Amino acid sequence: MAYSDKVVDHYNNPRNVGSMDKSRTDVGTGMVGAPECGDVMKLQIQVNSATGIIEDAKFKTFGCGSAIASSSLATEWLKGKSVDEALEIKNTDIVSELALPPVKIHCSVLAEDAIKAAINDYKTKQGAPVSAETVSH
Amino acid sequence: MSKPIYFDNHATTPVDPRVLEAMIPYFTENFGNAASRNHAYGWVAEDAVEKGRKQIASLIGANSKEIVFTSGATESNNLAIKGVAEMYAEKGNHIITAATEHKAVLDTCKHLEKKGCRITYLPLKGDGLVDLDMLRDAITDKTILISIMYANNEIGVIQPVKEIGKIAKERGVLFHSDAVQACGKIPVNVVEDGIDLLSITGHKLYGPKGVGALYVRRKNPRVQLTAQMDGGGHERGMRSGTLNVPGIVGLGAACEIAQREMPEESARLRALRDKLRAKLEASLEETYINGTMEHRLPNNLNMSFAYVEGESLLMGINDIAVSSGSACTSATLEPSYVLKALGLGDDLAHTSIRFGLGRFNTEAEVDYVAQKMIDVVNKLRELSPLWEMFKDGVDLSKVQWTAH
Repeated sequence: MAYSDKVVDHYNNPRNVGSMDKSRTDVGTGMVGAPECGDVMKLQIQVNSATGIIEDAKFKTFGCGSAIASSSLATEWLKGKSVDEALEIKNTDIVSELALPPVKIHCSVLAEDAIKAAINDYKTKQGAPVSAETVSH
Repeated sequence: MSKPIYFDNHATTPVDPRVLEAMIPYFTENFGNAASRNHAYGWVAEDAVEKGRKQIASLIGANSKEIVFTSGATESNNLAIKGVAEMYAEKGNHIITAATEHKAVLDTCKHLEKKGCRITYLPLKGDGLVDLDMLRDAITDKTILISIMYANNEIGVIQPVKEIGKIAKERGVLFHSDAVQACGKIPVNVVEDGIDLLSITGHKLYGPKGVGALYVRRKNPRVQLTAQMDGGGHERGMRSGTLNVPGIVGLGAACEIAQREMPEESARLRALRDKLRAKLEASLEETYINGTMEHRLPNNLNMSFAYVEGESLLMGINDIAVSSGSACTSATLEPSYVLKALGLGDDLAHTSIRFGLGRFNTEAEVDYVAQKMIDVVNKLRELSPLWEMFKDGVDLSKVQWTAH
């Protein structure tokens, strides 16, 4: 299978790899997928609680090149967005940006799930009511 | 970009230049039909076919009259299994095979299941070997055939063929073995091994694609098959169709070279394989060998690199041609059924790589591949949340995953 140039670029030079202290109240952590399925994504955001802006994002991913690229791209997009803006990132945006083939769409779904899970975690820590839509599944 | 290093010799092998040289005259000047009995073109072609038949028979300890030419091992497997099922239908309808067989065997059996045959798919032991007691227990008075491969294409594990042959003989059941990975790599002898039907193909032993053979025992017992192709009655009526003379010449030459060079070649490949394994294990923790190393083809290594997904690994080593048991590399999105049959969890199956060494690989290539693998595995583990959790002492089996 041929990969798009953007997938190859994110694979070779993944952005924002790393981990944050998940016990911090300004950090939201989302971990989705399962080793048995061949994909696990961990995505973390650090939010400025005064402005609601995501100041930093980190990821680690076990998965194929498209899964790595999807999560790497997600961290790039998250930085500088407000939490509410971040919730608007859709998996289809990732699919078109990375030119993912149909068999790899699940990678983008996983990345969207990871974003929502991280935001959900952050909001829970902030004591905000969690809307049904942001609950990870 | 230069061509990737080829470490996928279980999938196919390049044609040996000596084989190609032997074949070439049979495309142009010696183009006759081996069935043309009344002129020199036919005689030359027939002589070449008979020479090929002898070369193949010699490699597996058979008589040349017992070799039936086919288009490859898929056809050989189909002919053996369907041919026996139809021919011996009055005797019984039960066939025993194993879960790790090639799809050409498994899907043929599934086809027969729909036609009223009963098939037993033996599970494998954790080391990849057939449980002989289980095999004995599976045989009934309706059993007509046991089909167990000689050596596995993914994990290289060599089955206890001789013991299976003995059991089959004791119980009066025919024994077919798909030997495409074994022939030319390790000694195979249909008499000593008690094999009644054996499948072989050209392109796994440095011969051409599109040509194969089925060994069909002629005495003790005389095996009969119902032909699956109707036509001119070639190959003792078992396989009609004009013979692929250049292909047969190539298959024969490949068998002769393999037989002659096997002791030296298998020792060389075993040393290279063992070096590859030793280098990987010395630099990487959490690697697992899939299948027993004790009964294994000298050129095979199948290893799981825990916490690193197989397809991402392949992407990082794109200047090396290998295969992965990961779901992502297959059309079905299911990880390798062979590895699953060994009881390997899906998580480890997703992280497996098959290395298949061959005649034209060098020690310098092994050194390069080992170092590249180590670098890429280390890089991807830095990226892997599972590796981080493992390092933090988290028991991954106790984590609640959000599988979807």
